[in-house]
Amino acid sequence: MSSQARAAVALLFPALLMISVFYLLPVAGAVVLSVTDFDIYSIGDASNTRFVGAANYGALLESPLFWKALTNTLYFSLVAVPLTVLIALGAALLLNAKLARFKALFRTIYFAPVVTTIVAVAVVFRYVYHARVGLLNQLLDLIGIAPIDWLGDARWAMPALILLAVWRNFGYAAVIFLAGLQNVPDSLYEAARIDGAGPLRQFWHVTLPELTPTFVFVGVITGIGFLQIFAEPYVMTPDGGPLNATLTIVMLMYREGFRWWNMGYAAAVAFVLFALVMLATALQAFMRRAR
Amino acid sequence: MSKSPSLQVSESPRSVPRTPRRLGDSTTRRLLSILIHFLLILGAIATAIPLLWMLSASFMPQGEATSFPPRLLPSRFTLEHYGDLFTRLSLGRAFLNSLFVALIATLASLLFNSMAGYAFAKLHFRGRASLFAFLLAALAIPAQVAMLPLFLLLKSLGLVNTYAGVLVPYVATIYGMFLVRQFMVSIPDDLLAAARVDGASELRIYWSVVLPVARPVLATLAIFTFMSAWNDFMWPLIILTDDDKYTMPVAVANLVGEHALDLELMMASAVLTVIPVLTLFFVLQKQYIAGMMAGSVKG
Repeated sequence: MSSQARAAVALLFPALLMISVFYLLPVAGAVVLSVTDFDIYSIGDASNTRFVGAANYGALLESPLFWKALTNTLYFSLVAVPLTVLIALGAALLLNAKLARFKALFRTIYFAPVVTTIVAVAVVFRYVYHARVGLLNQLLDLIGIAPIDWLGDARWAMPALILLAVWRNFGYAAVIFLAGLQNVPDSLYEAARIDGAGPLRQFWHVTLPELTPTFVFVGVITGIGFLQIFAEPYVMTPDGGPLNATLTIVMLMYREGFRWWNMGYAAAVAFVLFALVMLATALQAFMRRAR
Repeated sequence: MSKSPSLQVSESPRSVPRTPRRLGDSTTRRLLSILIHFLLILGAIATAIPLLWMLSASFMPQGEATSFPPRLLPSRFTLEHYGDLFTRLSLGRAFLNSLFVALIATLASLLFNSMAGYAFAKLHFRGRASLFAFLLAALAIPAQVAMLPLFLLLKSLGLVNTYAGVLVPYVATIYGMFLVRQFMVSIPDDLLAAARVDGASELRIYWSVVLPVARPVLATLAIFTFMSAWNDFMWPLIILTDDDKYTMPVAVANLVGEHALDLELMMASAVLTVIPVLTLFFVLQKQYIAGMMAGSVKG
């Protein structure tokens, strides 16, 4: 072995050992777990575990609670992603405007929520959404809108979570869009101007097509994050919220696995999440190839 | 190395050949400028208000934030809720737990990921490309998939409810290795060759030649690791069972169950939770955003 190869082994060993034992091995373990009836009795004595084939997955498909969690998660992601992307694009266009001043300051403010601790801002928004004393209802009261029980009403609990997600994440997408906007070659705009295109047509025919890869990237990355939503509903609407309106896939996995110790069943739930994330990743690869 | 576009929002130099100004052009520009700034300020207010309200309410006497008509500023500035959190509710303990976990995670991640990242970037060995591609593919697996078996594994190792158990997912990460590798690929090979000619061993080159040059990416990795370890909720919630080991997010989520009606107190706990990460971001945002851009260009 060359001295470089020997050094490589030494340098890679600690990180690869940690990743293999504490990440790759558990992922493989999850596959196995999902085809067993591992439950609270197995925790006491592993010999109580039996192979059950696809029974956990079958039980999932017959569980109304699972379908509720799945539709909730999709509802949340499919509404929150476009909202986040559109608001982020608007913010990026404003930050990129030639006439705008104090750009760095505005960018910092927009980005600040991205680094905040989710649990802490979920606590804050719990009060923002409070039916009686919440900031939001008091604001709505000023324009004559009757108070809404945001987190207690099954219709409004999910929109409330979506609003928080948009608030916390649009700054990230905006900064990526801003970089995308600054990467559009000036020559394209000049060519469009020479052809007599005004600002709107330049935006439509130059900016938007040039930003397509950014759209795909931002949409998929935020979408993957949103599919994994857990802390916000855990803190704001404990136990799945009104009529389980905010029960998400990861909450279901947590509840089944770590509260009731139905770990075989919970592992099957985890693989549904895995499939959703893979689908989003495949979408990105597909869109990239389609261009 | 993927290019990391500088985010110094520069005045773009694209306004070179201008058609002669028409009459009224400057009025349009002024109106447009007002509109742009109106929207920018509106966005800034909507973004900042929840955080400012959190801060302001945390200093209000008990019950004032929920009084009617609503108050935006405290009538009397008080630190009693912070005092309560540190004494009666022992949130100081959780703060120190979080600080300890985040700092150890950062140090370990810097060491392990820089070692592996360097090997992937600069050392030649058989199977390098396919090993790296395999790890990148594994990056797409959501972390929650590993959590159930990882819990059982740590249980069998006696690491449930220990700091080591919390730390396990942060110390070596595929993303961290990727980030470091992307940066180190652009280190000139001549630099390493010169050190080899001088007779330096490979490990010596890593430590005394490569690490000093890689300081920018190490800073980025440090910020990312600290923040994700500080902010993480689900894993500490799973692995920690005693409140004297709780990290801030777990302690605060626990507190809101018992003190839901005590708005000012909960706001103070939220302030304590976000202050370290927000401060870190405000001070080091250039490194943070540059690293985010470098890491976001996959492959």
